[in-house]
Amino acid sequence: MRVPEPAPKSLSPRDWMKRQSRWSVYELIAWAAAITPFFLFPTYLPLANQIAIAALFALSVDLILGYAGIVTLGHAMFFGLGAYFAGIISVHGWGEPITGLLMAGTFAGLVGFVSSFLITRVQHLALIMVTLGLGYLTLELANAMSWLTGGTDGLRGMNRWPIFDTFRFDLWGYTAYSYSLVVLFICFLLSRRLVNSSFGLALRGVRENIKRMPAIGSDHKWHLRKIYTISAAMAGLAGALTAQTTNVVGMDALSFQRSADVVVMLILGGTGRLYGAILGAFIYFVARDQLAGINPQYWYFGIGVLLMLVVLFMPKGILGFLAGLVERRGK
Amino acid sequence: MIGQIAIVLFDGFAFGMLLFLLSVGLSVTLGLMGFINLAHGAFGMLGGYVTVLVMRQLGLPFLAALPLAFIAAALASVVLERTLFRRLYKAGELNQVLFTIGLVFVSIALATLLFGTVQQVIILPSWLRGSVEFAGLNFTSYRVFLIVVALIVTAVLVFGLERTRLGAQIRASVDNQRVAQGLGLNVERVFAITFALGSGLAGLGGALAIDIVGLSPSFALHFLVYVLIVVSVGGLGSITGSFVGAALLGIGDVAGKYFLPEFGGFFIYLFLVAILLVRPAGLFGKR
Amino acid sequence: MSEATLSLSTAGLTRSFGKLEVTRDVSISLPQGARHALIGPNGAGKTTLINLITGQLRPDAGSIALNGEDITALSPQARVRRGLARTFQINTLFPDLAPIEAVTLAILEREGRAGQFWRRLTGHAEAIDEAHGILDQLGLADAATRTTRHLAYGQQRLLEIALALATRPRVLLLDEPAAGVPKDESAALFSVISALPRDISVLFIEHDMDIVFKFASRITVLVSGAVLLEADPEIVRTDPRVRKVYLGQGHG
Repeated sequence: MRVPEPAPKSLSPRDWMKRQSRWSVYELIAWAAAITPFFLFPTYLPLANQIAIAALFALSVDLILGYAGIVTLGHAMFFGLGAYFAGIISVHGWGEPITGLLMAGTFAGLVGFVSSFLITRVQHLALIMVTLGLGYLTLELANAMSWLTGGTDGLRGMNRWPIFDTFRFDLWGYTAYSYSLVVLFICFLLSRRLVNSSFGLALRGVRENIKRMPAIGSDHKWHLRKIYTISAAMAGLAGALTAQTTNVVGMDALSFQRSADVVVMLILGGTGRLYGAILGAFIYFVARDQLAGINPQYWYFGIGVLLMLVVLFMPKGILGFLAGLVERRGK
Repeated sequence: MIGQIAIVLFDGFAFGMLLFLLSVGLSVTLGLMGFINLAHGAFGMLGGYVTVLVMRQLGLPFLAALPLAFIAAALASVVLERTLFRRLYKAGELNQVLFTIGLVFVSIALATLLFGTVQQVIILPSWLRGSVEFAGLNFTSYRVFLIVVALIVTAVLVFGLERTRLGAQIRASVDNQRVAQGLGLNVERVFAITFALGSGLAGLGGALAIDIVGLSPSFALHFLVYVLIVVSVGGLGSITGSFVGAALLGIGDVAGKYFLPEFGGFFIYLFLVAILLVRPAGLFGKR
Repeated sequence: MSEATLSLSTAGLTRSFGKLEVTRDVSISLPQGARHALIGPNGAGKTTLINLITGQLRPDAGSIALNGEDITALSPQARVRRGLARTFQINTLFPDLAPIEAVTLAILEREGRAGQFWRRLTGHAEAIDEAHGILDQLGLADAATRTTRHLAYGQQRLLEIALALATRPRVLLLDEPAAGVPKDESAALFSVISALPRDISVLFIEHDMDIVFKFASRITVLVSGAVLLEADPEIVRTDPRVRKVYLGQGHG
């Protein structure tokens, strides 16, 4: 969590920068809390699994939206590609989860790399519309290729093997949530390293002032292509996790709704701080689980009002708001 | 075959004109203030429900309901613009997108609570039912009516923008807001009026859409993507652009579904992406 | 003077926007170590000329050479990497970064290490130290870790220069470095500029004639996109045409 503050006189710039990337106690608490469902809420493990996957997906969007300033309404494209890739290879006889996961991520990353050349050509509304258009293109393509994807009926006949030949996917979701949580944690560590690297700094430079970047000698389009590729791969991993842990892949994996939902989660939590993605996914799913149980319309109404309130009164998201409170109390 | 093509072109054009009414207001307000209002479709939905209500509850005829749909959407939009939207003009596109999407969710929830999820139907006057025969082909009367209304609206818009004082003020504000403000123009007022007119047209579009695509709470979201395509392909702030974009999309959509049901949608999005990559500001956009 | 000793030269630069010719056949040359002022009334095309030289704009005709190498076809960032840096008239900074971060970024871009995502930023210790040195040199050391948007305006102007210096330029283009700075502070700002090493050639735009005559070794007067006169300061000072241009504009 980055809370910029002026350094005390005694601190050298190097130490100040080290401070920016230090682990805080809040982070350790957050990850400790992520383990509690195993002991305290075992009936909620499938929900926890959903949250972990959504958090990974939101994390991938945070890398491009929160750090590099690329607004996307089509990222479900990569989520869906990962999901279908993992699903299709398991239908065709390769059910080993870890390699399937990695291949799915690589595939989504490759598609991400190719499309990154299109993304970096446009900005503002055109950028939003190109991401949206590419998302719909993929959806329509998957629909038309129903011989491969199962079309609107969804993919049938997936066969997944136990993880490491040992851990079967159980009905209660112990294996599923453990698996998703480990993948989320590894991806989080990689993202954390990435945003605290010189590349992370360059991305923040792009977000803060794209016009200045060429004037300091930066080929910023390559930075953008690189992060878009990484983000696409990560979204692909999230999709593959869904396919493997739920044994279902449908067209909704590629839908506009999914692209929009993930941005909503991220904004609720707060952009550009990694944990915003995780908190946002948590709030989104818990609120939906609770509200939609009463009446689906309450859920729609609630999320709509919440979004408007966050935009008006918490421009840095709920996490940013909380961080601000902590900071003020500390002074 | 030629007859089929003619009918498809006709139906597509009529659908395109519906899209034009639903999107032209957003295009102008986006060009004017750079405000990405995804709740634009919700004003269309409001117009639709107002039409259903006044026809059913008050027994008003269809033609009398249309102006009411326009007025209701325009009024609602002015209230929202003055109270909420104006806070977001400088907030960045992402915040605008999310705030207005939130508003869409709320409006969908309210519409569902009030009217349920059922498709609403209205009974058209007899002269709008049936079809007109021309050159041996049957054209639906209602679609002819729709095209005529849209063409009248276009003519009024183009005339109003070119010849009236308000039109000149709008054009000046779209071209260069700072200069317009420097010339003593009350840009804020111009914008509020434009916003109301644009949303009113969406309301009218929503009323006219009931017989073509039906009306349910998902209307606000369902047409959003189409409206955004028209606006971005046509180019911000351009009436001609919205007209051409809407006509192309309408014909493309109907023709695609008719001739290539498997790949219809695919080609529409392919064209969307291709056009924006070559011309990021749209076909008729300036910047 | 032979080509090789020129840091920067343009030949016949021309550019139009529609029917309006904003740059007309401009040829200027800076020998190494020059302190060259670019002056002219508002709308003379001074910033446009800088944008052409740095590559933000493409010329319709003419060429640009940096240290004898033709750079007309290069991208802006490629020019920066060959040693051509600029500052902006309107602050073009990174509002949410601290100065130390922004300058470190510029250094890492120069070294081609900004794309490394596997190494901690703090692992690039030499770059951070160098950035701190540059900020120190410009009197920004105390502000190094504050957020840019919260800096005083004058400090932001200095940060503009710091970012340009971090690219290790051989030619530095300063677009009104003291724009918006009170007169007493702007003299201090220019003494920072004049203290730059002599192996950096400087081309600067400035409106305050006292400052121009104090710091420039050579002056180009631009009017309506074309060069009216290029000469030493004492000649420009007394030239009747320059006088007329400025009196006509009410500058005095």
